[in-house]
Amino acid sequence: MAPMIEIQNLTKRFGSFTAVDDVTFHVERGEVLGFLGPNGAGKSTTMKMLTGFLHPSSGTATVCGHDILADPIAVKKVIGYLPEGAPLYPDMTPRAFLEFIAEVRGFTGGEGARRVDEVIAKVNIASVAHQRIDTLSKGYKRRVGLAQAILHDPQVLVLDEPTDGLDPNQKHEVRNLIRAMAKEKVIVLSTHILEEVEAVCSRTIIIARGKVVIDCTPTELAARSRYHNAVTVSVAADKLTAVRHGLSLLDGVQTIEDLPSHDGAARFVLIPKAKRSIAVEVGQKVRDARWEVDELRVERGHLDEVFRELTQPTARN
Amino acid sequence: MKNVITLFKRELKGYFATPVAYVFIVVFLVLVGGLTFKVGKWFDARQANLQGFFTWHPWLYLFLIPAISMRLWAEERRQGTIELLFTLPVTMGQAVIAKFFAAWCFTGIALALTFPMWVSVNYLGDPDNGVILASYVGSLLMAGAYLAIGSFVSAWTKNQVIAFVISVSGCFLFILMGTDTVLDFFAGWMPRAVLEAVASFSFLTHFQSITKGVIDFRDLVFFGSLIACFLFMNAIAIELKKAD
Repeated sequence: MAPMIEIQNLTKRFGSFTAVDDVTFHVERGEVLGFLGPNGAGKSTTMKMLTGFLHPSSGTATVCGHDILADPIAVKKVIGYLPEGAPLYPDMTPRAFLEFIAEVRGFTGGEGARRVDEVIAKVNIASVAHQRIDTLSKGYKRRVGLAQAILHDPQVLVLDEPTDGLDPNQKHEVRNLIRAMAKEKVIVLSTHILEEVEAVCSRTIIIARGKVVIDCTPTELAARSRYHNAVTVSVAADKLTAVRHGLSLLDGVQTIEDLPSHDGAARFVLIPKAKRSIAVEVGQKVRDARWEVDELRVERGHLDEVFRELTQPTARN
Repeated sequence: MKNVITLFKRELKGYFATPVAYVFIVVFLVLVGGLTFKVGKWFDARQANLQGFFTWHPWLYLFLIPAISMRLWAEERRQGTIELLFTLPVTMGQAVIAKFFAAWCFTGIALALTFPMWVSVNYLGDPDNGVILASYVGSLLMAGAYLAIGSFVSAWTKNQVIAFVISVSGCFLFILMGTDTVLDFFAGWMPRAVLEAVASFSFLTHFQSITKGVIDFRDLVFFGSLIACFLFMNAIAIELKKAD
């Protein structure tokens, strides 16, 4: 079966500025693609082209087999889209707004009302359904935007920063919602919250200065970190010197980085040689030497560090 | 067509969701009444027609219609809802037409609410209702032309104030072309054909010819094609400007 989203050499230029530069990738059903990149990297522009809002300068994309240039209306029918900032008509109530969306999406009468009720329950906005949208909090507005995007049960969901500006509870809710829909849909979401990628995405694409710099799973992304398989050790301050010295002699340890201490406990990180697993080695040593260690934790890798390294031009080369 | 109706309904309801609609209607009725009775001294004229009422329409529309049209696309762009609108399965043409007709229908409602004028004149005298009906049609057509220009201007900016000022200036140009001041200016040194061409672009010339009671095919074509032309340019303007 052909991929649900197929982006081919997609390019968008604004004057002399190239916002999206020859981007190519596909997304299959069941994938949740996290689209990462610094602000202005071209995430939103790519999404705007994919959803048919902007015309690409060159290249094209197909969504469920429909070409965005040849048949934009068909594309718009199969996509649910939450634009950045969740724009809504401020003088409408969520219910009236969703009824309007239902009607434009071709659901009239009972079917339309049923779908509106369904999404209102799904995103949990029943309590404000009859309040004007401009009086709603940011969290509610975002949920109305999400409701609008999923009302027609689209096969492809494109979400531009779906959790931006939400509090931790709301973020959690939205992520649960995304995870629940992930199985039968294709979801592309952009974010610059890296924990979100680990929480919901099955795949990440990092884009910087309009180009795709990496395309892999969140786990693989974390593995690129120099902290991958590093071990964080926390000991009482008076034992620090002994433990630190003892562990630094281990075979697999490349270097040691000290962390800020708190509550009288000193902490440091053992960076392994060539990212190999040193947990066993370290544990063995600690037991043999009978050190009282408060914490021994294996790091999966720091995504923000990888992100910086991949997206900052100076950090590379 | 179904999409046009859906969008049209949302737009028209939108007018009445805010005080804007009511303020507009009240201001329009007060001004049109004030101008007709106080300034135009309609009673003193002792004529059973609404000539003294319709004369003011081009000038009232000059300021009131851009006040409606300024938000049409500028607001949509400022709120970012334009992105929502054009990622729904609707075409550019459907959206432009729906928005325009909703605004036009709204002005039509305001205009229809001047019916007490028509009732009064029929109560006081025995007017030619055919002329009055033609004048209403002409007034509505002219309002449509103002709206099309305003809608086009509104597509270029996110700022409603700018949209308003430019629309007023643009519409003023279309009125001015028929006034003696402008025509006299050209009269001395321009060939007659140019003079007539300039005058033929004026709202005043066409509106006045309709208020005489004859809905000439040429006047219909003028307003119709002007509306179509500006709406077409409107669509192009949105396409060009929606990225920023």
